[in-house]
Amino acid sequence: METFLAALMLSAGYNTAVVSIGAGFLGAAAGAVGAFVLLRKRSLVSDAVGHATLPGLAAAFIVMALVFGDGRILPGLLAGAAISAALGLFAVDWITHNTRLHEDAAIGAVLSVFFGFGIVLLTVIQSLDTGRQAGIAGYLLGSTAGMLRSEAETIAVAAFAVALAVFILRRPFTLVAFDPEYAAVRGVNVRRTDLLLMAILLAVTVIGLKVAGLVLIVALTIIPPVAARFWTDRAPHMVMIAAVLGAASGFVGTSLSASAANLPTGAVIVLAAFALFVVSLLVSPVRGVVAGGLERMRLSRKVHERQGLLSLARGEPIYDGLTLRVLRRAGHIRADGVATLQGRAAAAAAQREEALWSLYRREHPQSAAVSPALELNPIAEVLPPETVAALDRALPRVTATAGQPS
Amino acid sequence: MSAEFLQLSLVPLLVGMLACIACALPGNFLVLRRQSLIGDAVSHVVLPGIVAAFLVTGTVAATAMLVGAAAAAVVAVVLIEFVRRVGRIEPGAAMGVIFTTMFAAGVLMIEQSDTSGVHLDVEHALYGNLESLVWFAAEDWGSLTDPVALADLPPQLARLAVVTVAMVAFTIVAWKELVLSTFDAGFAESVGARPTLIGFLLVVAVAVAAVAAFDAVGSIIVIAMFICPPAAARLMTDRLLPQIAWSIGFAALSGIAGYVLAGYGPLWLGFDASVSAAGMIATVSGLLLAVACLVGPHRRGSGRSGATV
Repeated sequence: METFLAALMLSAGYNTAVVSIGAGFLGAAAGAVGAFVLLRKRSLVSDAVGHATLPGLAAAFIVMALVFGDGRILPGLLAGAAISAALGLFAVDWITHNTRLHEDAAIGAVLSVFFGFGIVLLTVIQSLDTGRQAGIAGYLLGSTAGMLRSEAETIAVAAFAVALAVFILRRPFTLVAFDPEYAAVRGVNVRRTDLLLMAILLAVTVIGLKVAGLVLIVALTIIPPVAARFWTDRAPHMVMIAAVLGAASGFVGTSLSASAANLPTGAVIVLAAFALFVVSLLVSPVRGVVAGGLERMRLSRKVHERQGLLSLARGEPIYDGLTLRVLRRAGHIRADGVATLQGRAAAAAAQREEALWSLYRREHPQSAAVSPALELNPIAEVLPPETVAALDRALPRVTATAGQPS
Repeated sequence: MSAEFLQLSLVPLLVGMLACIACALPGNFLVLRRQSLIGDAVSHVVLPGIVAAFLVTGTVAATAMLVGAAAAAVVAVVLIEFVRRVGRIEPGAAMGVIFTTMFAAGVLMIEQSDTSGVHLDVEHALYGNLESLVWFAAEDWGSLTDPVALADLPPQLARLAVVTVAMVAFTIVAWKELVLSTFDAGFAESVGARPTLIGFLLVVAVAVAAVAAFDAVGSIIVIAMFICPPAAARLMTDRLLPQIAWSIGFAALSGIAGYVLAGYGPLWLGFDASVSAAGMIATVSGLLLAVACLVGPHRRGSGRSGATV
């Protein structure tokens, strides 16, 4: 626990601090890019990109091991990863556009085949007896333990650069992700913006390899945006919230993983992101489960109050427990169920409301059908005054013919 | 030579081939229903299921593992559906949230618990170990009829054989409902073919195939088996039955060619080591798909006319 707090305060060693900050930037960039990708409904493309880095990574390792005698040179590995990930991305695109196969099949085929070929190359590496091969396994699931200072700095700087790039490009990305046709009308080159988005997705994936691992990096581009969706319905806000949630997951996850043994970085980051997702799902005021439940409860109380008052007005007995409770709490009835003075006034008002609303339903059936729940509100607050006045004028005649004195 | 082949190669060859076929069969419907990534999700969540089963029972007994993995797959499907509905997002993103989280939980459980004594590690889960399925009791071809020697066969072989038969049986028994719900879910509903139930059963079938194949070839290569042979077959024909036949052919070819290339390919190139058979099987299935993408007679489809029965 203490080491975790120390890591959070950036005082658990230089490398840990640099990696944590770098993971924070990485998470911000991944969250923001992921939000755009989610709006484009292409979330799982990043899964293909992540897995497709493996053959490039392994091939770069083999080449560098043969040439330099050491395969663990980070920039070289990342360059190899980027090349094969770009090939994978191209393959997904090509299959989707040039064959009858859909994107889901293309993504699945590319991720599994590239990964399989990468495994083949990994076993080739195992049979080489040079090149310090122990380092390569860390890229599968992410490992920041024992990272070199130069590696940590490279990752932090690159992650910052990508986060900056996303920030600069946020406007065209938002336009294209939200409404490609409108973006085209506004003069944004949709195709080029899409390519840029994919390039940044690729950069995030490649930079994140060492930290989150190629199997799990996809989570960092999916979970924060999905969590952000619970907080807002507006695209620019969603991107921002996703970036914040992503940064928090990256930073906290990396710090936590550095604080104890046997806490693999990639897995801990993903679980941190998932924890934020669960919090968003439960407590977000916009569409969280708790807020939704409260809203439903409020609505049900309103219905019970209205029906209870109508029963009071008609002098019918009330049996429903919830209705009685709601009426009692509002002071409409006494504990023994007899209407109070205020209750009788409210009942009369409710009956008038109901009569107006039912008249409105008869006169304007189509407008009334749009949102039935509105009818729980006082009619004067919902409809324009002229309409209410017109209904009011028609009311006595109608109620008289219905035989109901108001 | 023949004794060596029997001891070292026959079982992996058969297991690889059966794993490919068992996965490719339900994979046909996944590809047609645009649910290929269910295979992706399910094969990732197999890992936490297996680890949880190990932590609960303390053994690596096959039954416990199978139950754990199948339970994890069902839990994942329920959670994905929940996230999709509550979050009102596309299924792909909902899947991404759940399967990465469950996989991460599996990785964390492995690292946190003491599994060093047993054969349970993340690398093995990712790409399996087909080569370890050796049959030492085999001495010559006569061993194939020798009950004592047969009893020593790796249990994965019998398990996969049973699962493959189960996949064939599922496809035959549920054929009409599968076809109806795949091509016209609305019509299927109206004639009482219960597309929702069939969709769920298909996921269960996928989970069973994934679990059985996982042990031999690892979780990610299972995805290749689900998708590549059926996808390639889809580019060869417009009709469903021939598509399934093609996919079984492609699957068997991937399994055999992949294993042979992995075992002997490096030797032919003058190297002294072999490479991962599971990885090579995935690679071969990918190459077959690539060829089908480039020259398959029905690679572009004909607009409105999809596959017919």
